[in-house]
Amino acid sequence: MVRRADAAPSPHPGPTTAEVLAVMLQELIDHARLEYPNEACGIIVGSAPAADGGQPLRFVPTRNAAASPYRYEIDPQTLLRLTMETDDRDEVFWAIVHSHVRTAARPSPTDIGLAFYPDALYILVSLAEDGLDAGGDPASPAPSVRAWRIVDAHVHEVDLAVIA
Amino acid sequence: MSTVRIPPVLRANAGGSKQVDVSGRTVGEVLEALVGRFPSLSGQLFTPEGELNRFVNVYLNDQDIRYLQERSTPVDDRDTLIILPAMAGGTL
Repeated sequence: MVRRADAAPSPHPGPTTAEVLAVMLQELIDHARLEYPNEACGIIVGSAPAADGGQPLRFVPTRNAAASPYRYEIDPQTLLRLTMETDDRDEVFWAIVHSHVRTAARPSPTDIGLAFYPDALYILVSLAEDGLDAGGDPASPAPSVRAWRIVDAHVHEVDLAVIA
Repeated sequence: MSTVRIPPVLRANAGGSKQVDVSGRTVGEVLEALVGRFPSLSGQLFTPEGELNRFVNVYLNDQDIRYLQERSTPVDDRDTLIILPAMAGGTL
């Protein structure tokens, strides 16, 4: 058997697909554009971890405490409040969302090094191809949104199945 | 004893506990006692040099200890600590 050069170095932790509503996906893109030129960030609260096949319930946009085009940090006080609230309601952090303003929707080495939530999805919104960023037609932009699990510094893509 | 609340992300390393009661006169003593009980938390809380990991936030009654007296902050029996790994990253 020939191992592909780009094959993942460890088995996919699964599930390999996650369903998300088109309206929620649009909320992520809208928030990324709103925060441009800085990176945007937020949390999708879910019924159970993405790792266990949980469903996304709502997107909570948060302040980027780093306020930078190159870095993000979800505002720590907001993270503290959301951690308590969701835990008290038996909800979880389903996904951690952030944007890349000039690079692909793929975790950077820094993103991987700081990925402390292995059961959550890391969803990246890239505005690199966005009409707003590329000077193209803002009416027909093309941001890309991709999801990943980052487990023990290994990155695994999770296909987002968009539901109308 | 003060109470340490364990967030879901760290619970597997703390025997599944949602909160644990730990003795200590300062935040540092409480954290050391916690790691003494659950050694697998050590790698998440502390650097190899024994410093608190820069991307772990520790709150005493909802206040970040960096704005108090860090690990020297006194604690008493009615206090609650929570340890929370940051959600952060960057393009560079």
